Amino acid sequence: MATLSDDDVRHISKLCRLNLSDKEVKKFAPELNNIFDYIAKLQEVDTKNVEPTPQPTGLVNQLREDEIVTDGPTTKEMLETSPLPIIDNQIQTPSAHG
Amino acid sequence: MADACTLTIAQAHKKLKAKELTATELTQSCIDRIENVDGVLNAVVHKNFDRALEQAKKIDSAGKFDHPLSGIPFLVKDNFCEKDTPSTGCSNILRDKEYLPPFESTSTKRLKSAGAISLGKTNTDEFTMGASTETSCFGVTKNPWDTTRVAGGSSGGSAAGVGSDECIFAVGSDTGGSIRQPAGFCAMVGMRPTYGRTSRFGVMSMASSLDTIGPICKTTEDTALVMNTLAGHDPLDSTTGVIDVPDYSKALTGDVKGLKVGLPKEYFIDGMDPEVEKAVRDSAKQMESMGATIVDISLPHTEYAVATYYVICPSEVSSNMARYDGIRYGHTAKDPEDLVDYYHKVRTEGFGDEVKRRIMIGTYALSAGYYDAFYRQAQKVRTLIVNDFKEAYKSVDVILTPTYPTPAFVVGALDGDPIAMYLQDIFLVAQGLSGMPGITVPCGFCSNNLPIGLHLSGPHWSEELLLKVAHAYEQATEWSEKKPSI
Repeated sequence: MATLSDDDVRHISKLCRLNLSDKEVKKFAPELNNIFDYIAKLQEVDTKNVEPTPQPTGLVNQLREDEIVTDGPTTKEMLETSPLPIIDNQIQTPSAHG
Repeated sequence: MADACTLTIAQAHKKLKAKELTATELTQSCIDRIENVDGVLNAVVHKNFDRALEQAKKIDSAGKFDHPLSGIPFLVKDNFCEKDTPSTGCSNILRDKEYLPPFESTSTKRLKSAGAISLGKTNTDEFTMGASTETSCFGVTKNPWDTTRVAGGSSGGSAAGVGSDECIFAVGSDTGGSIRQPAGFCAMVGMRPTYGRTSRFGVMSMASSLDTIGPICKTTEDTALVMNTLAGHDPLDSTTGVIDVPDYSKALTGDVKGLKVGLPKEYFIDGMDPEVEKAVRDSAKQMESMGATIVDISLPHTEYAVATYYVICPSEVSSNMARYDGIRYGHTAKDPEDLVDYYHKVRTEGFGDEVKRRIMIGTYALSAGYYDAFYRQAQKVRTLIVNDFKEAYKSVDVILTPTYPTPAFVVGALDGDPIAMYLQDIFLVAQGLSGMPGITVPCGFCSNNLPIGLHLSGPHWSEELLLKVAHAYEQATEWSEKKPSI
């Protein structure tokens, strides 16, 4: 596996919507490289013809009747947890266009 | 009854029913205990004492104690949503504008409907990411057996809370070992049920294909009682099984004659504490003397379990943590340039280092060009790990292992070494990846008085069998009766 450079770590942090200071990049880069070195041992396992396991018990999703259920929280209650201004039952976010 | 908080569920239920004790007295006893010891332990992060006492009063005036959990005070891990009650996952991202969920987790709802009384929320690693409760924004939880050491994690607050009699039982969550390792560190019984046996609804998701909900109790008898209430299909969690729930209490017969117990060679490793190894091997001999047969087995893919887990878990983390964006709940940021800058600021300020680390590992592992090499390969190795267990259960009924290779460590001992922390769960993650159930019970103490845990695992949906075996062992030994001196 390739070793992550400081710039790689900066790039990953952007994908994660995280800002890292230069000091943090210097801290995280070797840590992440150690972890990826450790994880790399998975490459030595022969998995030819092995199906992946996304869910271990084999249960299939349960579906319910498509009917309106009204015993959940109200719109007002759901909006109250937002830290942003509420206008006409909508959350006012910072502009997507700057 | 000043020491009522030391009772088990079964003992307290008997006294409540016989009118020798009131729910109010029992609740007050737990509250007093929290006030006395939690300054040192830091197990409880949100206290709901007034509401608990009010609830206890109501239950006392109704005077009915038909359900074994009626009037029994408990603590809940802080990643469970309780309606109108601070629920923060011990993360600054939900603590800063204290999150008060407008809905209730299925688990707490079921417990409360049975009459159990919620005393408050317990400490956890931030969004359950850790094995020591040290990544909590509320600071570390100390171990009741030695307050210079960790209580384990991530359900460290729940384990230390029950272990020090701050409550009669607690609930936690287990993704790779987060119920069983801390329960073991604190000499408690902790059960991780089969994936889908208990509902995850209303519990903050960490890794959705691995997360399970389960009890931490003083005895196996109590564990069966709580499982009777927690287990079962939930229409609000489509990954729960539509499978009948047995009466777990009826499984506690004390009889293990003819049972085949597997001892996997991969779980007795170099570097493990010799006292831990001896205690676990002695417990196997104990089972043998009770009529069980010990069978040496092999789980050949064990050495890949931690690596597999640290691809799958962070991948699912990176996706689950995307919801914390400062829009619908939690922390907000000042003077953002635009929406994307707002996301960056909220998440950078709100998340701690371990959460950031896992989001970055997962995002990288799932990114274009690396998905097959990391994530898909890990899912395939997961299949091999599951197959190891399935193969083993063709020749044995349960598998007996240590819960951990070394007992509770000193606070801060693993700082700056994420892999050493990840290896804490070396004996628990494989079984977590398999989705199969496991239970830890106390099986001894090291010479420095630190608890040792014995772990039993079984095939999918075998909680009944595990409780039966754990109970038989517990009844034949006296480890569960010992209390810490705090």
